[in-house]
Amino acid sequence: MSQSISSTTATVPAWPVVGTLAQRELVRFFRQRNRVFGALGQPIIFWLLFGAGLGTARIGADDKLDYVHFFPGTLVMILLFTAIFATISIIEDRREGFLQGVLVAPVPRWAMMLGKVLGGAAIAMVQGIVFLFLGWLAGALGWFSVMLTTPLAVFAAVVLMLVISIALTALGFVIAWRMDSTQGFHAIMSVFLLPMWLLSGAFFPMDVGGWVGAIVRINPLTYGVAGLRHYLQNGISDLTALPSLAICWLVSLGFAAAMLVAAWRIAGTRSTADLL
Amino acid sequence: MPTQPAIEIAQLAHRYGEREAIRDLTLKVSAGEIFAVLGPNGSGKTTLFRVLSTLIPIQRGEARILGHDLRCEPQAVRRQLGVVFQAPSLDKKLTVAENLIHFGRLYGLAGRDLTSQTDEMLSRLGIADRKRDLVEKLSGGLRRRVEIAKGMLHQPRLLLLDEPSTGLDPAARSDLWQYFTKVRDQDGVTVVLTTHLLDEAERADRIAVMHRGQLVALDTPAALRAAVGGDAITIRAADVESLAAKIADRFHIHPQVVDSSVRLELPAGHEWIPRLIEAFPDHIESITLGKPTLEDVFIHVTGHRFWSELPTDNESVSHNTRRRTKTRRQGGKETRR
Repeated sequence: MSQSISSTTATVPAWPVVGTLAQRELVRFFRQRNRVFGALGQPIIFWLLFGAGLGTARIGADDKLDYVHFFPGTLVMILLFTAIFATISIIEDRREGFLQGVLVAPVPRWAMMLGKVLGGAAIAMVQGIVFLFLGWLAGALGWFSVMLTTPLAVFAAVVLMLVISIALTALGFVIAWRMDSTQGFHAIMSVFLLPMWLLSGAFFPMDVGGWVGAIVRINPLTYGVAGLRHYLQNGISDLTALPSLAICWLVSLGFAAAMLVAAWRIAGTRSTADLL
Repeated sequence: MPTQPAIEIAQLAHRYGEREAIRDLTLKVSAGEIFAVLGPNGSGKTTLFRVLSTLIPIQRGEARILGHDLRCEPQAVRRQLGVVFQAPSLDKKLTVAENLIHFGRLYGLAGRDLTSQTDEMLSRLGIADRKRDLVEKLSGGLRRRVEIAKGMLHQPRLLLLDEPSTGLDPAARSDLWQYFTKVRDQDGVTVVLTTHLLDEAERADRIAVMHRGQLVALDTPAALRAAVGGDAITIRAADVESLAAKIADRFHIHPQVVDSSVRLELPAGHEWIPRLIEAFPDHIESITLGKPTLEDVFIHVTGHRFWSELPTDNESVSHNTRRRTKTRRQGGKETRR
């Protein structure tokens, strides 16, 4: 709860706490092979299926939905899946008792939250970068050109991916903190997170009209996907319909900041699940 | 030895919604003692543990741990507190050493201090050879040792444990108590534990007996037993009901019938044994004399059998499997009369 001045000074240095908890997330993740496989395998399969299936169907006049179109969206999907599954583990941490041990340690709550979020974001980044590499490889081997871009743009894309990962992991933290079962989380996953991805411009083109278009425009994830399109598809696709790069950065950074604040605030609350 | 008490609680109260878990609890634990909080399930001892461990906020009353106010300085309390939960709190996907390293950092340890302290704790608890094993591969007894190593890693002055012997076999439990005694004697660590096991509480320096959220007795095991005053005589017989009636008739005392035996609580029990046998030579199959146990203490102070789930119901015999068959049982209500 609220910490008085005297109690905050009695906490241990916060950054080693953040580091150690983030490190634990990574170690755990790579020890569970099926998690690695699932988080990377599913989006790759989706990408290949969407690209192959929809690539032959022409939608609209000349806007082709192919591997190129689906690449940035699939990248965001990888980030989403990994980030979300990384924070789902807070429910396991609670059930398995690990979290109780952390809660009674003299660490500030924000450090505990940040360790969890950065750990999840790091896992997402590892996978995102692997996928990025696969995309480059596809181009290099001459199968299909996914990206046409400079090293600097790739670097910028990676930084943007990090921002998106942090936003999504923090979002997952907010959702998972008060939950006491992973089943509940799966329900949220299907009714909230998957539609959020579908309506982020990752799947449909951005300029769909009507209420779907409105949702696409207020969805902060849209700007992450659009930002990645700017960096990865410059010169391949027509990007004029996308929001400007500056807007994409601004919204993504704002999204991450808002989610971190929300996660920090919710981490200060106690949940009945603390008492399992 | 510091003179400051390890724990000071005054008028502590806690409720979960409508349910009152702790009522008006006042007690003091001295530094360097092994202190057991004894009570049946639902007596409030786990709630007390949660409040003291800073897992849940203090609602009403005062509590000081090692001189720090639990309400105002929870972080200062946490630094000096080693906590071992009843449920395991280790990360099963990590090795024993990794678990300790991570938790050490949560308590501000780092670098060489941390590794040497980890090795030291593991060898003190006799699990140095399992250092690189994943926790999920360890037995329950070994995991509990890792839990304790984790709790003691930052050299706390107070070790707080919730039902530490749950799931341990007698040998492992005995090891655990040897360790408690060792840290108390060598390092002056105060050990506070909750338990629902009567024979376990017996090994503590002092016992707080809790019942329905209240403290009903607080003393050394010997003093608590002495307070019951007298000896317990148990008579086995073919027809216990009629024997009890005859004894009551003849000696004007109040025997109880518990299961298939007659039970008497009397001062100077040894003098009664020849009198009883001479009076009813044909009815008595066997007769035993014993000093009061902690269960007798519990019945004496609460008027309820320790193991009964519904304390007011005489007929209900608890089927708790943990109950040892040797533990003497008594009827509930009658003991008060």
